[in-house]
Amino acid sequence: MTESHYNFAFLDERTKKRIRRALLKAVAVPGYQVPFGSREMPFAYGWGTGGVQITASIIGRSDVLKVIDQGADDTTNAVNIRRFFARTTGVATTQKTRDATLIQTRHRIPEEPLTASQILVYQVPMPEPLSKLEPRRRESIKMHALSEYGLMHVRLYEDIAQLGAIARAYDYPVMVNERYLMSPSPIPKFDNPKMHMNPALQLFGAGREKRLYAVPPYTRVRSLDFEDHPFEIERWPHACALCGAADSYLDEMIVDDQGGRLFVCSDSDYCEERREAGHVGTQQAVTLTNVLAAQDAGGGA
Amino acid sequence: MKPGALLSARQVGKAFVSNSAQRWACRNISFDLYPGEVLAVVGESGSGKTTLLRLLAARLACDEGAVGYHARWPGHAPLGTLTDLAAMSEAQLRQLARTDWGFVEQHARDGLRMNVSGGANVGERLMALGERHYGQLRSQALDWMARVELDAERVDDLPGTYSGGMQQRLQIARNLVTRPRLVFMDEPTTGLDVSVQARLLDLLRQLVDELQLAAVVVTHDLAVARLLAHRMLVMKDGQVVEQGLTDRVLDDPQHPYTQLLVSSVLTP
Repeated sequence: MTESHYNFAFLDERTKKRIRRALLKAVAVPGYQVPFGSREMPFAYGWGTGGVQITASIIGRSDVLKVIDQGADDTTNAVNIRRFFARTTGVATTQKTRDATLIQTRHRIPEEPLTASQILVYQVPMPEPLSKLEPRRRESIKMHALSEYGLMHVRLYEDIAQLGAIARAYDYPVMVNERYLMSPSPIPKFDNPKMHMNPALQLFGAGREKRLYAVPPYTRVRSLDFEDHPFEIERWPHACALCGAADSYLDEMIVDDQGGRLFVCSDSDYCEERREAGHVGTQQAVTLTNVLAAQDAGGGA
Repeated sequence: MKPGALLSARQVGKAFVSNSAQRWACRNISFDLYPGEVLAVVGESGSGKTTLLRLLAARLACDEGAVGYHARWPGHAPLGTLTDLAAMSEAQLRQLARTDWGFVEQHARDGLRMNVSGGANVGERLMALGERHYGQLRSQALDWMARVELDAERVDDLPGTYSGGMQQRLQIARNLVTRPRLVFMDEPTTGLDVSVQARLLDLLRQLVDELQLAAVVVTHDLAVARLLAHRMLVMKDGQVVEQGLTDRVLDDPQHPYTQLLVSSVLTP
């Protein structure tokens, strides 16, 4: 049910071409934020206008599109963007990570390892990792140009001084190719290691801030840390209650008002595939009266 | 330009244009500063002291003349020669400003990062230089807090919760943590009450002596100059009217303006 009165993928050809030119520059300078002429989209800002414009610019008739929102394919943002592209391009869509050639994502990287024939497009709310620390845009551009990133460590220092550990759980700053400091978009830090030397092309678009950037395939991506406070990803004392996976990012669902919680995979496609393959979890909610005490018992998060 | 100088100003001048008329904020200023020497720049408000300081610290570009600095990084200039600040790249100047130089602002808020703790303020320059060990940053921060007589328990508090005098001392610690050779100070004690001023001056005198700092101190307070400075420049209307050893200038002022300045000091 393609809408024939729209151009293919909604944007006009010249706009798409300009975005592709900006993308070429972004790929050539990994992690560098390239300004681009962001257009008004038929979405509100914050709903992925940057990612949608990148996807619209690179999608072809033979592509298979998957859209993820917080790991799931069936949430509002994912459903709407998938339908938007189905209507304006007529390309095939899928929920299977393996079958997709183009994946637009918000807040997660799929658990299934990506391949060299896939492109991952991130929706980015705030592309500038230094924005909270250095409000002057001119100054932060200069800091990127001269690779002066001590300030980001000031932030991490402050976390350890005040809270005892680096408290950033998402949008954890990374160094790309040992040159540019980059915001990985609000993915959990659990996903940061997946960006490192990933065979897939990773593109990032921020519609409101009118900037895009990229991590080309097989590029080094390092999460910032201190020598005596190394970077660590989240761990859970439980496995997924539905599929029993112990290596995936878990969502916590509160199931009653007695402290009952169900931990399930955030990546719905990964969970479903495991269940089809015969893996079964405990199907049990876990009772946690005190989250901190449970973390201590389970070896810490 | 004599050998051994750390900083050398030659015929330095800066003009500002207002209402399409050019007005020189300071002009024809020449002096040499040697390692470990403290130079006070005194004069009334509007005499071009702060503009001069900003020219010396490369925060403004000279319209006339040149400022040379004895940079110490290897391979840049042969030992014992001065590099023209105007010939340095912005990256080099920024590197210089956060390692070899310090800049103490009149208002501590301009020189501090108010949204991070005192300890993080002290550690910022070290982190910019690549220090990546939290424990060491922490011990350096505590060490410097102690050296500027700040309570170690306040290390994790925001500078906004510090008193004015404490903020100024934190700013000094933040600047000195990389062991700079040259510190620029713009009215460091103005705006503090007298007893706090006295303690701060005491501290500054001690640190300058201990670390063999060279300093250029802009002040309108002759007592500050008397206490801290070895030599002084007296400025009026953008010109240096008199320069010499501090005690000589203050005890035996030659220029009528200096005489006026010295005689207008109130003694209780």
